[in-house]
Amino acid sequence: MPFQVNKQGYYGEFGGAYIPEMLYPNIEELRRKYLSIMEEASFQKEFHQLLRDYVGRPTPLYFAKRLSEKYQAKIYLKREDLCHTGAHKVNNTIGQILLAQRLGKKRIIAETGAGQHGVATATVCALMGLECKIYMGEVDIERQAPNVARMKMLGAEVIPATSGSKTLKDATNEALRDWINHPENTYYIIGSVVGPHPYPDMVARFQSVISQEIQKQLREKEGTSNPHYIIACVGGGSNAAGAFYHYLDHSKVVLIASEAGGKGIHSGKSAATTILGKEGIIHGSKTLLMQTDDGQITEPYSISAGLDYPGVGPLHAHLHTSGRGKFHAITDDEAMQAGLELCQLEGIIPAIESSHALAVLDKIKFQKEDIVVLNLSGRGDKDLNTYINYFNL
Amino acid sequence: MKRIQEKLKENKKLLSIYMTAGYPELDDTVPIIKELEKNGVDMIEIGIPFSDPLADGPTIQESSTQALKNGMTLKLLLEQLQDIRKEVSIPLVLMGYFNPILQYGVEKFCDRCQEIGIDGIIIPDLPLEIYSKTYQPLFEKYNLSNILLITPQTSEKRIREIDNLTNTFIYMVSSASTTGSQSGFGTSQTAYFQKIHQMHLKNPQIVGFGIYNQQTYNSATQYAKGAIIGSAFIKFLSHNPLHQINQFIKEF
Repeated sequence: MPFQVNKQGYYGEFGGAYIPEMLYPNIEELRRKYLSIMEEASFQKEFHQLLRDYVGRPTPLYFAKRLSEKYQAKIYLKREDLCHTGAHKVNNTIGQILLAQRLGKKRIIAETGAGQHGVATATVCALMGLECKIYMGEVDIERQAPNVARMKMLGAEVIPATSGSKTLKDATNEALRDWINHPENTYYIIGSVVGPHPYPDMVARFQSVISQEIQKQLREKEGTSNPHYIIACVGGGSNAAGAFYHYLDHSKVVLIASEAGGKGIHSGKSAATTILGKEGIIHGSKTLLMQTDDGQITEPYSISAGLDYPGVGPLHAHLHTSGRGKFHAITDDEAMQAGLELCQLEGIIPAIESSHALAVLDKIKFQKEDIVVLNLSGRGDKDLNTYINYFNL
Repeated sequence: MKRIQEKLKENKKLLSIYMTAGYPELDDTVPIIKELEKNGVDMIEIGIPFSDPLADGPTIQESSTQALKNGMTLKLLLEQLQDIRKEVSIPLVLMGYFNPILQYGVEKFCDRCQEIGIDGIIIPDLPLEIYSKTYQPLFEKYNLSNILLITPQTSEKRIREIDNLTNTFIYMVSSASTTGSQSGFGTSQTAYFQKIHQMHLKNPQIVGFGIYNQQTYNSATQYAKGAIIGSAFIKFLSHNPLHQINQFIKEF
């Protein structure tokens, strides 16, 4: 079974571009041009140079000795937390800003939930000297003050999304509305493997540098490029898409995705989309999403703002329904404990999103010789307040 | 579908009104429809409320949110409209985002629409390609006109494709915007209206988005067959009782 996007923009039955006519010219232009632009030698050169010299790639593949002892397997951490701006998000924004430049766009818009993608977008806009507007839910602006300040320092304008539930999905709606209102000069940098085709594929390709590096680094360390397991957290799913990308067709590599179970899957406060969601359309893509029987999109919950999305990228919906990916729902409590454990065993403070991936280690029976790669998608600085409140530090 | 086709043959400019089902009150849907017909409105677009209406500006978004809070669902709307054809004879069009229709079941939806006497459907996030590949036979089976949008950015080639797929009218979005913008029409809109007029399409066009007073209505209908008023009507409803709808319609 193929796991790459097909010519029509679908992963199995998921994906496509369910967009209003107002967005059609921009999406169509992108669809026609993204692959050829990405394949240009000058694009590749600039992209990889920036990833190396500006982002700090390749990120280390670190053998976590004490974590390995505890879980009785060979556990490697892919250190995306060491990327410039603190998470994998910047891999994608570097790629898309170069693309936007080649499309002649002067004005950049983006959505953000916790603010990580907003910061990564504001960063590359500063780098390229482009106008930058970030849509962020009014509720999230209050919750994520440090990231709002970062974006402002980087020269971006942060525009509160005041519609609907005033969180990530509404910020995405507002960004799409902005694009409808400014079709000529504006480029929309989507932050995850969501949205209409070709965004999920394009973002996955930019993030695929993660699994490309894992293959090479693992070969050096273990003499094989294939681990037994890859573990990553999934909100929209961009870090997981990047970590899985070069392993999608290696069926012996088990792909494990961890979703936010919130306060429990059936507590009414959860973001476990593959369990709670049904097939539908969100932000221009057919995928699994949390909704009412009437097809209204519902508000998810997670302690981690980065996993707080009612949908999931169409690639992941396909991995889930085909059985290629194994999905786990991790509760807030499990994630917070796993995050603290990493601090104490390895001296690394993870983002709470990544802590959801760490918590999966406790759910799987490993063999001692199993090679496990866990994508540590971000660092925990941004989450200090949440950690402080949770652990009464 | 036939009612729209007959209406389009009338020798006059058409006034079409958009309303959000279940707004301002849950049971206002049918009374508003009747009031609009009584006041000479030519066609009504009934909006199916949705939690995430991408193509809509703040006014219609808020009316949708309110309608959902009132308890409106697609299922309930179709129940409210059950007997509408006993009292109302002007064309009725349902406008809604695709997800609620997908969850209801597209064929079941089309079937119910035909039973009720709905003439056309507008689904802004169901683009030409997906419609023609997957859903066109269903719409045709149940005699529903799928009304497609064009914008100032739509290429001539694509406008021709849309024209070929259409059997009632083309929904012409006046400018690059979401619904409810009140910036008026300048020379670029007039040029666009004129350009489309000169393409001599087989289907007439009805202009929507940005029409909120007599001036914008007149300039939209100078070349097109009619115009649709949405946000301005919703705003009116938020401040005025239903029996004053005649005051609003009088202006056009």
